[in-house]
Amino acid sequence: MRIAVCLKQVPSTNEVRLDPETHTILRDGRQSVVNPFDAHALEEAVRLKESLGGHVTAISMGIPAAETLLRDAVARGADEGVLLTDRAFAGADTLATSYTLAAGLRKAGPFDLILCGKMAVDGDTAQIGPELAQQLGLPHLTEVCEITPVGEGRARVRRLTQRGGQEVEVTLPAVLTLVREINTPRMPTLAGVRRGEAASIVRWGLAELGVDESRCGLKGSPTQVVRTFVPVRARETAFLSGDARSQAEQLLKIAGEVLA
Amino acid sequence: MSGLIIDRARCVGCGRCISACPAGALVLEEGTALVDRGLCTLCARCVDSCPVGAIAVERGSAGAADGWRGVWVFAQQEGGRPLPVALELLSRGRQLADALGEPLCAVAAGGGEGLTRPLLEQGADLVYLCPALSGDHRAEPAWPELLARLTAEHRPAVLLFGATPFGRSLAPRLAARLGTGLTADCTELDIDPDSRCLLQTRPAFGGNLMATIVCPDHRPQMATVRPGVLPVSPPCPRPGARVVRVEPPALPAPLTRVLGEWTADPSAAGLAGAEVIVTVGRGIGVRKNLALARRLAGLLGARLGCSRPLVEAGWLPYDHQVGQTGVSVAPKLLLAFGVSGAVQHLAGIAGAEHIIAVNTDPEAPIFSVAHEAVVGDCVEILREMIGILEEKTK
Repeated sequence: MRIAVCLKQVPSTNEVRLDPETHTILRDGRQSVVNPFDAHALEEAVRLKESLGGHVTAISMGIPAAETLLRDAVARGADEGVLLTDRAFAGADTLATSYTLAAGLRKAGPFDLILCGKMAVDGDTAQIGPELAQQLGLPHLTEVCEITPVGEGRARVRRLTQRGGQEVEVTLPAVLTLVREINTPRMPTLAGVRRGEAASIVRWGLAELGVDESRCGLKGSPTQVVRTFVPVRARETAFLSGDARSQAEQLLKIAGEVLA
Repeated sequence: MSGLIIDRARCVGCGRCISACPAGALVLEEGTALVDRGLCTLCARCVDSCPVGAIAVERGSAGAADGWRGVWVFAQQEGGRPLPVALELLSRGRQLADALGEPLCAVAAGGGEGLTRPLLEQGADLVYLCPALSGDHRAEPAWPELLARLTAEHRPAVLLFGATPFGRSLAPRLAARLGTGLTADCTELDIDPDSRCLLQTRPAFGGNLMATIVCPDHRPQMATVRPGVLPVSPPCPRPGARVVRVEPPALPAPLTRVLGEWTADPSAAGLAGAEVIVTVGRGIGVRKNLALARRLAGLLGARLGCSRPLVEAGWLPYDHQVGQTGVSVAPKLLLAFGVSGAVQHLAGIAGAEHIIAVNTDPEAPIFSVAHEAVVGDCVEILREMIGILEEKTK
C-alpha cells in the first residue's frame, strides 16, 4: 500500500508575526513544529505500512527550513520526504495550497491513500483535505477515527459525525482527514533519527512541478486578508467579594438567573 | 468568468467527453463537441477524458462579480427540520441580501413542510428543494454535484454554510471545484458598501487576532459560519416567497458507501451542544478533586470539560478538552474552575454566552473574558457550591 501524508510546519506558539502588507503569516522557521494533527496522520500511515507492507511518503509545502519536519517524519517511520518549496508558493490560501499539493502528490504518486490531519492549528480551516481531494478527483472523508483496509482497493473507515459516528466503505485511492483520537504518535528511535539525518529530501519548485504560477501562492489565492485587529474584550468583569461561602452563594444566584 | 472552453479547431470529434460528462452537457455538432453552459457543472471530467487537450475550464478573473446575484444559504437539516445554524445564516443572510438589494435563497433537501416553512419564515425569497436527496451527511457525495449545478445555473454572489462537520466537508470540496475562495468558521459577516464584497471575519491564531477576509475577483464568495454565534431574527416572511423543486444530480458510481451509523455514547463528553458546562484546569490541584467538579456538574445538569494540561496528564480523555485543538463550546453558562485561560483555550470558549471564573491568580487571562470572577481557591468554592446545592435538595 502506497501512502502519502501531508504535513504542515506551524509556529510553536501563538505569538506569530504578520506581514504588514499582505497580513499573511511570516514564516521564518524559528520555533516551528509539525502541526499536532498531522503527527497523528503520520503515525497512522506508519502503522498501516507496518501491518500491511508498503511505502510512506511525507510531503509538505513550505519554506526550505521545513526540511527539518520531513527529516523528523523519516525518523518516525516515513520512507521518503518531499518538500514543495518556491517563492511563488508563498502566501497561499487553501485553494492555492491544495492546487500545489495536488501537483506534488501527482508527481510523487500514485498513492492508494492520502492522509491529512483534520486541520492545522495556525489556520484552523480544516479545508485542505476536502479541497485536495477535489483537485485530485478523489473521494474524501473527514473526521476519520479508524481505518481498516479490506482489500480489493477498498477501506472501511469509521468517522465521527454530529450525532455520533458512521462506518463507511470507501474506494481507494481516497483522501482521509484524521482526528487526534485515532492513535498516539510514537517518539522516534535513535536509529530512526539517524535515518532521518541521512535521508535525502526531494525538493520541487515551480519548474519541477510544472504548475501554473498564476494558481500558486498569493497570486493564486482568491481570498485576501484585508484587516486584522485585536478582538475587543469590552467585558466588565465583576469580581465578587466576601468569604468563600458568600461567593459561592452569589455564583449560584447568578447561575440561576442566567439559566432562568 | 468561469466556464468550459472547447477549442473547436483542436477537437477531433471522438466523443469521449460526451460519454464522460455526467450532466449530459456536451453534444457533437458538425463533428466537434459543443457545451451547454446551462447544464455544465464544471466538474472537469471531460477535460481529463479529452485525448487532444481541446477542453479547458476557464476560471473567474477580473470583472468576475458581474452577473452574480443573490445570497444563498445551505440549509442543513436533521430529522426533517433545519438545524439552528441554518436559521442563523438566513437571519444574517437577509441583512446581507437587503444591503445588496438582491434575493435570499435557501438550498435544502429531503424535507416537507417542517423543513421549508421555517426557511420561508426566516426571510428566504426562494427555497430550492431537492426532495429526492437526504439533507444531511448521508448524501455527502451528491451535494457538491447538486450545488455546482445550481451555482452554474443561477450564479449566486454569496454562498454560506454552517461550520458543522458536514458543512466543513462539503464547502471546501465545492469551493475547489468552482475554483473560488472559501473562508472557514466565520463569526461575523457584512457587506462592504463600496465594493459590495462580502466581509468575512474570523478568529485567527488562536483567537489572538480577528481577521477580515474578502474574495474580490472570484464568485461565488463562500464562507462557513460557526454555529451559535449569529443571532436569529424574528420571523419575517417575504411576500411572494416560494419553493422550487429541483432534480437530484446524476451521480456516477458512488465511491463511498455508508455501512452503518451509531449515536454517540451519552456518557461521552457531549460538550459541543451543552447548555451548561463546568470546566476544570490545573488549578484544581490534585486528581481526586475532579470528583468535586463532577459532583457540581451533576447538580447543575452540566457537562464536564477541561483545559489541555489535564488531558495531557491523563486525568480526563481527549473528548473533554475544550479549546482550539479540542472542542469549541457555546453554552449559555460556563463555569471555569482553576482554568488559567491560555489563548488556545479562550478560542474554544469564545461562543459561551456567560462565563464565571474562579482562579487564585488575579492576573489569569480567563478573567478578561469572564462576566463574574472570584479570586480564590477553586476547590474551596467548589465545596461550598456543592454544599449549598445539596442542602437545597434535601
